[in-house]
Amino acid sequence: MIIHSLSNDPSFWSQIFGFDNYGELLVLVRNSIFAGAVLGILGGLIGPFVVMRDLAFAVHGISELSFAGAAAALLLGANVVVGSATGSLLAALLIGILGTRARERNSIIAVLMPFGLGLGILFLALYKGRSANKFGLLTGQIVSVDDPQLAVLLTVSVIVIVGLFLIWRPLTFSSVDADVASARGLPVRSLSIVFMILLGLAVAVSIQVVGALLVLSLLVTPAAAAMRVTASPVLTPVLSVIFAVTSVVGGILLALGGGLPISPYVTTISFLIYVACRIIGARRARTSATGRRPVLAPMRQGVSS
Amino acid sequence: MTAPVLSLKAASLQFGSRHLWRNLNLDIAPGEFVAVLGSNGTGKTSLLRVILGQRELTSGSVELLGQPVRAGSREIGYIPQQKLLDQGTPLRARDLVAFGLNGHRFGLPRSSEAERSRVDEVLEAVGATSYAHAPVATLSGGEQQRVRVAQSVVGRPSLLLCDEPLLSLDLAHQRGVSELIDEQRRELNTAVVFVTHDVNPILGMVDRVLYLAGGEFRIGTPDEVLRSDVLSDLYGTPVDVFRSRGRVVVVGAPDDGDDHDHRANEEIL
Repeated sequence: MIIHSLSNDPSFWSQIFGFDNYGELLVLVRNSIFAGAVLGILGGLIGPFVVMRDLAFAVHGISELSFAGAAAALLLGANVVVGSATGSLLAALLIGILGTRARERNSIIAVLMPFGLGLGILFLALYKGRSANKFGLLTGQIVSVDDPQLAVLLTVSVIVIVGLFLIWRPLTFSSVDADVASARGLPVRSLSIVFMILLGLAVAVSIQVVGALLVLSLLVTPAAAAMRVTASPVLTPVLSVIFAVTSVVGGILLALGGGLPISPYVTTISFLIYVACRIIGARRARTSATGRRPVLAPMRQGVSS
Repeated sequence: MTAPVLSLKAASLQFGSRHLWRNLNLDIAPGEFVAVLGSNGTGKTSLLRVILGQRELTSGSVELLGQPVRAGSREIGYIPQQKLLDQGTPLRARDLVAFGLNGHRFGLPRSSEAERSRVDEVLEAVGATSYAHAPVATLSGGEQQRVRVAQSVVGRPSLLLCDEPLLSLDLAHQRGVSELIDEQRRELNTAVVFVTHDVNPILGMVDRVLYLAGGEFRIGTPDEVLRSDVLSDLYGTPVDVFRSRGRVVVVGAPDDGDDHDHRANEEIL
């Protein structure tokens, strides 16, 4: 009944999809769109590693500690990005150092996560400022990206992306096959710690857009979707980036008119892309006789070997 | 006599007070195929770790091509136990093989023309060309193990270390994969150290056997080592070795490891 009456009310739909004065709004949020695109690239690139290394739950754990750090910064009047970066780096390192085995890691995350969330709630309860700030940490607040914030966000993102590019191949090798990689003399353990630091930074900046609760939709969903439709080491990150950028930028553009937070738009687009990829992947597995041909990778003498 | 690829001199390894093996002297020549046998817990895998430079000897020395071993030598190829790769792993078979050439190099995964053609060549040699572009996770256990053999030899190593590479493969694939390893060692003149608890799939290829049991060991050709008197002496208890239809069966060997896969007194070698 409520749904019915809501959907009959014209302002309900215009709140979700409103496009009055769209051009003027677009100029106002130029920064946010730019920031969103950069974060999409970042999330799309790091995502395949998160999935390969089975760190989805770790991302969630890191984001809760990041939330606590951001809440502490808000309370102390410090820079929120710095606060959330501190929290997430701490969590990422703890998880990376203590949790080398998946089972161990998961229980450490399960221990850290409620602790972080609890601390965050405490800090927010003590905070007397605008309550919109509070909610934003959990669910995202990109619409208000100012120039200095954008600069921090860009710097951190570039650091993470360059870092990823530097360790890309040995990281892939040791993620897929740690035993053989270490037999080849790869510093498997150091690579894992470096990756956790990069992941911590990526989580800290992503929180600025989608909030602590929804980081997974940026760092995991696009990569998981890409991996349903291709196994090419080149196409996977490329698709993952396209999916992530589409989700974030699309989410911002759709949210613009209605005055609602952007995160539901981002998470919904990202989810729908995943569903579509699952369906495509399942179809392909059924129709192809061998069940193993990567249709999206017609790269016989391909981009890389 | 050519210089040995691998040379262990008076090598001993112990964990706490337990001796895995003591005073092991072993020179392996280029192209030689050595099987390392013994139950679990006799230090077979530890021997591989020592050769890989991942574990220190308690005493003695181990040299690869006349140099003390070090971690990450390009002269060693390594084939692990068959472990299926996770579904969704974003790599094709040829990408996994390429790691054998350049997986240690930092940067983005680009391969040179020469590297790509070497990868093609090896894929062809192991009969994996037809699934070279298939996602590795969609391959069967036997196919994945073929790809791993290709990965291990793609860099033309002097020494190939195999850690139970036939485990959990069916008989046809056991034969296929072991023949492949044999072929590659002949072609590249690579020495092979092959750790296994079942010598039968490789019996026809083995030059020498290193048999580990209870802190002791015996080295020699299969005919010299896989005999009732030799193994009875090694175990210190009566052990019978039967040969039947080209297979070796060891009966009565006390299970000195924690190998639950075998009945206590009848270990099929």
